Amino acid sequence: MASNLPGSVRQFGVALRALLFFTVLLGLAYPLVMTGVSQVVFHGNANGSIVQVAGKDTGSDLIGQAYTQDSGKKDADGNAIMVAGPKWFQTRPSAVDYDGKGSSASQLGPNNADLLAMVEERRKTVAALEGVQESQVPPDAVTASGSGLDPAISPAYAALQVNRVARERGLDVAKVQQLVKANTKGRTLGFLGEPYVNVVTLNNALASN
Amino acid sequence: MSDTAAGLLQVGFLLLCLAAVYRPLGGYMARVYTSDKDLRIERATYKVFGVDSKADQTWGVYARSLIAFSALSVVLLYLLQRLQHWLPLSLGLPNVESGLAFNTAASFVSNTNWQNYSPEVTLGHLVQFAGLAVQNFLSAAVGITVAIALIRGFARAKTDRLGNFWVDLTRTVLRVLVPIAIIGTLVLVATGVVQNFSGGHEVTSVVGQSQTIPGGPVAGQEVIKELGTNGGGFYNANSAHPFENPNGLSNLFEIFLLLMIPVCLTRTFGLMVKDKRQGYAILGVMGTLWAAFTFSATFFENRGAGTATQAAGAAMEGKETRFGEWASALFATSTTGTSTGAVNSAHDSFTALGGGTALFHMMLGEVSPGGTGTGLYGMLILAVLAVFVAGLMVGRTPEYLKKKITAREMKLVSLYILTTPTLVLAGASIAMGLAVARASILNTDSPHGFSEVLYAFTSAGNNNGSAFGGLSGNIPFYNTALGLVMLLGRFVPIVLVLALAGSLARQQPVPVTQGTLPTHKALFVTLLVGTVLIVTGLTYFPALTLGPLAEGL
Repeated sequence: MASNLPGSVRQFGVALRALLFFTVLLGLAYPLVMTGVSQVVFHGNANGSIVQVAGKDTGSDLIGQAYTQDSGKKDADGNAIMVAGPKWFQTRPSAVDYDGKGSSASQLGPNNADLLAMVEERRKTVAALEGVQESQVPPDAVTASGSGLDPAISPAYAALQVNRVARERGLDVAKVQQLVKANTKGRTLGFLGEPYVNVVTLNNALASN
Repeated sequence: MSDTAAGLLQVGFLLLCLAAVYRPLGGYMARVYTSDKDLRIERATYKVFGVDSKADQTWGVYARSLIAFSALSVVLLYLLQRLQHWLPLSLGLPNVESGLAFNTAASFVSNTNWQNYSPEVTLGHLVQFAGLAVQNFLSAAVGITVAIALIRGFARAKTDRLGNFWVDLTRTVLRVLVPIAIIGTLVLVATGVVQNFSGGHEVTSVVGQSQTIPGGPVAGQEVIKELGTNGGGFYNANSAHPFENPNGLSNLFEIFLLLMIPVCLTRTFGLMVKDKRQGYAILGVMGTLWAAFTFSATFFENRGAGTATQAAGAAMEGKETRFGEWASALFATSTTGTSTGAVNSAHDSFTALGGGTALFHMMLGEVSPGGTGTGLYGMLILAVLAVFVAGLMVGRTPEYLKKKITAREMKLVSLYILTTPTLVLAGASIAMGLAVARASILNTDSPHGFSEVLYAFTSAGNNNGSAFGGLSGNIPFYNTALGLVMLLGRFVPIVLVLALAGSLARQQPVPVTQGTLPTHKALFVTLLVGTVLIVTGLTYFPALTLGPLAEGL
């Protein structure tokens, strides 16, 4: 049909038809079919592993949250300064304040002076809140995660918070420890990734208690 | 179990999984590219395209077809972004500004997936799944077609025909990528990756704060992002985001996906040149380099040097709790040794030498094991260089796979090897000379700032796409400069490889004699590992001393 056109022009015609074909196949059919199948087979996962307390959606099993409260003070820009809610297990520092509409790390380098200052400040704050030595504060408590939405903390950081949460809630330490254990996940298959405590489901369990 | 034992088991399990698919997938791909039968759906497809599947192309026509297809892909992806506000599922986001749209179009068509934007606030669902994800399939397939054409250059004799680009492209998509992607999507959703069209779900937490749980057809895009060694995250945090990579299992599966095709293509290569040992030798070189870099990154991340890192007690800044140092380092080396560029942790916050390992790994030219197709042809180019060096040592005309390496072949190989370093080093130098480009650096108080710029151009020139994310790239200079570097770093080498393939295919094979250098033995593997390290080491060492080495030593 286009055999009398120069080769390069003809190739553009083929390219256009191929691109449109693949866009329909890979850009429309593929996501629609995959979404349809996923919605049927793994409905909960496909929709964000939503977790509930008393029938109300409170978050996602996988997306971390800030368990903070208004300190009553304002920063230089007039925004409320949020501090840790003492009745709750605390998640890690976040570069996006656990805003699900974004996700980011701090991107601060290993020798960055601002990061060093922040780490030291966080160490003091956590030690004061938990009533422990600064040297007992684990690394994940003073570092921001890669996503800013990390729902998990190390078992060491959870253990550090147990006494304070039990005291603030008037619960037995053993009861809180048991809730922590129930929300601790080991490495997948025993060796993939790291063990962690899911703070979102742990705090939901506290709320339903 | 100790961290070290679990970490080593993790690496061992990954290698076991790759070993399990090596023969089946490598053999399957060899059959895909040597079969003369078209599937029924393919015959219908070729009718739509208007191509004769039996008509093999010369290298020139093959290259023009590839360039035409890629050029139109850039245009379509650019237009989709520029018009997104008026398209469905835009989530109310405005049209993407022109400089950024160019950068992103160049980035996804060149298999780089460098992202100067934050997806959550820039792109609606439609542009992601009908634009970016389509290029995740197609750019991966384009890379594979080039590798296959080069293999045919070695395998064929006395012909000027390398195969048909449209047939190779279609078969790669329909027979290789789509079937694996469908299975992989379901595996990822089973681990917790989301797959929906929601614009976000509002919840109120137990402390009464509202939060938006994001949505999107993520799993289907995530799987091809890894499988096609693309790397562009659906979310800004990429594979660190819990909805892209929810746990240790999804993490290992994603690493497996991004290594799978590049590793198995060495088997395809061995089968197609009718000497499987040649494939093992190439895989041996790739594996040696990958293992060395994985060891290096894991060691430095676990050691946790740096003032801020030591104050924290471990290199956990920018890392997810569920991954820790081991799974983060393993991901980092696998993503930079392929051309993937997906990240499950912030490379910018890695220790100086851990992050430097990722940077140097890309500088090797991404051949350990490299991107889909690009890794294999990149390594074969270096293999040609290695036999040339060996030939010089003994004063013989070098041969590789029974083809003579003459002046014409060496000119093409030399140009190939010079292209990327020129783009990377010239680009980084120009950026450091411009105040407006320096102003984008985040970590200004150490040599780390230079590392951010060097990493950006290395990533763009090698079509990787990972970043030292502190660099604010969305300014006209970086949008334009990195966009051009990505396109030139992708398509200049491709044309050179196809020209080389054309030149090799025309030759009559030379008989193997006593004097032929065996290219399947440990001696050659060592020689090739040395060639890779020396060529890239000499090229980039001065730049590395100004960045990661100055900071880390």
